[in-house]
Amino acid sequence: MEVEILARIQFAFTVAFHYIYPPLTMGLGLLLVLMEGTFIVTGDRMYHRLAHFWTRIFAVIFSIGTATGIVMEFEFGTNWATYSRFVGDIFGSALAAEGVFAFMLEAGFLSLLLFGWDKVGKKTHFFATCMVCLGSHFSAIWIVVANSWMQTPAGYHLELFQNGVHSILPADYILQTADIGHVRAVIDSFWEMVFNPSSLQRLCHVIFGTWLSGSFLVISVSAYYLIRGRHRRFAEASMTIAIFLAAATSVFQSISADATARGVVQHQPIKLAAMEGVYHTAPYTPMNLFGYVDASQQTVYSIQIPGLLSLLAFHNIKTPVIGLDQLPSDAFLAARNPGKSAQELAALRPQYWPKVQGVFQTYHIMIIFGSIVFGMAFFSLFLWWKGWLFRTDSLLVRLWLFLLIFSVLFPQICNQAGWFTAEMGRQPWVVYNILKTSQAFSKKVSSDQVLGSLLLFFAIYSLLFFAFLYLLNRKIQHGPDDPEEDPEPLEDGKRDFFYQLMVGTDSSRASS
Amino acid sequence: MAIHFLSHLLETITPYYTIIWFVLVGALFTGYSMLDGFDLGVGVLHLLVSKDEERRIFLNAIGPVWDGNEVWLVVGGGALFAAFPGAYATVFSGFYMPFIFLLVFLIFRAVAIEFRSKEPSTLWRQTWDHLFAVGSILASFMLGITLGNLTRGIPLDAEGEFIGTFWDLLNPYSLFMGVTVVVLFAMHGSIYLVMKTEGALQERVKSWVPYLILLFVACYFIFNFSTLIVAPHLAEIVFSRPWIFGVLGLDMFFLWKVWTFVKQGKELLGFLCSCIMMALLLATFGLTYYPNMVLSHPHPENSVTIFNAASTSKTLGLLCVIVLLGIPMVVSYTTSVYWIFRGKTRLTDTSY
Repeated sequence: MEVEILARIQFAFTVAFHYIYPPLTMGLGLLLVLMEGTFIVTGDRMYHRLAHFWTRIFAVIFSIGTATGIVMEFEFGTNWATYSRFVGDIFGSALAAEGVFAFMLEAGFLSLLLFGWDKVGKKTHFFATCMVCLGSHFSAIWIVVANSWMQTPAGYHLELFQNGVHSILPADYILQTADIGHVRAVIDSFWEMVFNPSSLQRLCHVIFGTWLSGSFLVISVSAYYLIRGRHRRFAEASMTIAIFLAAATSVFQSISADATARGVVQHQPIKLAAMEGVYHTAPYTPMNLFGYVDASQQTVYSIQIPGLLSLLAFHNIKTPVIGLDQLPSDAFLAARNPGKSAQELAALRPQYWPKVQGVFQTYHIMIIFGSIVFGMAFFSLFLWWKGWLFRTDSLLVRLWLFLLIFSVLFPQICNQAGWFTAEMGRQPWVVYNILKTSQAFSKKVSSDQVLGSLLLFFAIYSLLFFAFLYLLNRKIQHGPDDPEEDPEPLEDGKRDFFYQLMVGTDSSRASS
Repeated sequence: MAIHFLSHLLETITPYYTIIWFVLVGALFTGYSMLDGFDLGVGVLHLLVSKDEERRIFLNAIGPVWDGNEVWLVVGGGALFAAFPGAYATVFSGFYMPFIFLLVFLIFRAVAIEFRSKEPSTLWRQTWDHLFAVGSILASFMLGITLGNLTRGIPLDAEGEFIGTFWDLLNPYSLFMGVTVVVLFAMHGSIYLVMKTEGALQERVKSWVPYLILLFVACYFIFNFSTLIVAPHLAEIVFSRPWIFGVLGLDMFFLWKVWTFVKQGKELLGFLCSCIMMALLLATFGLTYYPNMVLSHPHPENSVTIFNAASTSKTLGLLCVIVLLGIPMVVSYTTSVYWIFRGKTRLTDTSY
């Protein structure tokens, strides 16, 4: 296989694997702040136990996040050397800020958070918790800014370096194959780079996604304890905080999703057309609920709501969403392919599209699971408000809790699918409309090497993943330290999970 | 007022940006080798003790800090990417396999630390102990190979891209440099352990220190002399900058002080001297190497230097602002963490 394809597979695999963990630490970090903050304010020891237990879970996730994160930074250089030379001047400041402000903050205070319970006062410890949470959010800021710059570049100019001379290239300059390796993007304005057109919307979208991931992890584990009849008070307190955060974040996330999509309409219309499979420009553009893209026939078979995409994109049901038949524009094509006739240009058009099927499907997976997450958060909140959520003597409640155990997966699926939409939708460009992915990989690395490292990563990440699940399960089974608070009935401890799910536990019957 | 001062300061240092960043990137990697150096070193020595409790004390001596130490590698890599994208791209794509292996060993090691004490079974603990030790040794070895090849020079084309193969990187000189770095880290780690242990265990660790120091001194002389033979271009530079010999002498002085402090029971001072000694070692490298970032051998005119690999002075200026704002904070809380966790390592319920 080609180096480009292998390098892309390797990057996608390592970054997707990495991105299982940071959303959990960010969301959980915020919850730790809420839990420990409640302890400081109310003085209720219960919240201290909450923070203590969830910190242990946090530690497991964090260490894998760090280990896989180093890989990402190395890969820019190992596999994408040409890209690194091209963007170094732009990304440099963002990455350095990430290292100094985010990683150092996180790593510095993490040991205090984990091992410092008896070494420092409770206020100092709370401060450390806040710093770890802040640090993890900072790291999201800089990396999303860097990625957004790749989607909507701003605040830069191109510079040619040849025969020892630097020359500034005009703003509308189109990169030629011969330029690759000699051209770099140079920063004009730091703030324009940071606040490029898509940064803020995408940053909010990413952060809310992480809060949902963290909340549903807590909800899931607490639901498991409730069905098992273990650590009841503890699980109820954890779940209450997490459900409130999840419900509030769901609302924010819906607003942010709309803003993000409208940003894509404005700045990356090809990506939007691919997300909804809009091949032909027509008024009352429909939105698909789900479907299948036949790329060869340029048709989408789907369940549709007419006019909804126009409504969401332009707040007007009639305005047509520009389809792939007109994208990219004739002028864009002509500039990149001088001397071609109109027909020839039209035939070249699909080369500038991403893989529509992939973008369409990942986008719809995100939407579908996002709606499920929203529904689960609010239905749980409703049950809580009615006082039904913790009535584990009822089979229906237990079944709902059983569903909640799996809810931890749904925000994760959304995060992954969303990033795949964003990154696949950016293709064939690595820096939008400037540098192609096929021009960006390391020229001197052979496909054998990339294949070898890909297999190596695959092997070690499988091990790492099982290790993670094993450790996480151990921590969950061990539970919080509250022996006198929650004496575990010996009988139940021996009983099978599904027996407890269907029949209930002694403690849940006692509570009825 | 503060902003005025900052902008004035930046204006003054603008012509020296590339030099400043050469020093700063070097300082970050020095920080990395001083910090992760001792915890990798503890890993190298891990199998020399055989009782479970002793191994746990070793692990927990580095427990609260190893994760933070590794962050220095990330920050160093980030700074290299930021300040010298050309050098970053050449080094990371050129050392493709060594770096992939380095990552794999670092991951193995991290997992081993987390896992080892989670099950009481002997087989389980033995397995992770070995992975921890092997991961630490080989990660240090890869760092040494990289340093060795950089010193010796690697073949680059006119675009500054590596044109050799993976096997070219495994030359005897660089392999020996790999061994030297393993010995260096083991020595550094043993001094850290003397500081963190007590009683009979401390006596044993203490008895290793002189042997490790002697072993390192032997390696040190062999590689210095082989550098003169393998890299005559560097020898030329060294003789044209004779004060480098002063730094080398100072280095040996601090190494000697390490031993006298450890012998007198002034463990912290001994460890600090060991840190200074490592910083001086890397300083020697930097002083000799300047202004190169990646030396090209056999075509020195293709070398990647601070002039052809640097970002624009606008970006370097931004980086200076980030560093001026960030580093005081980083230094203050890193020292607080080491201060809070000072003293001898004892096993508790939050231990590994």
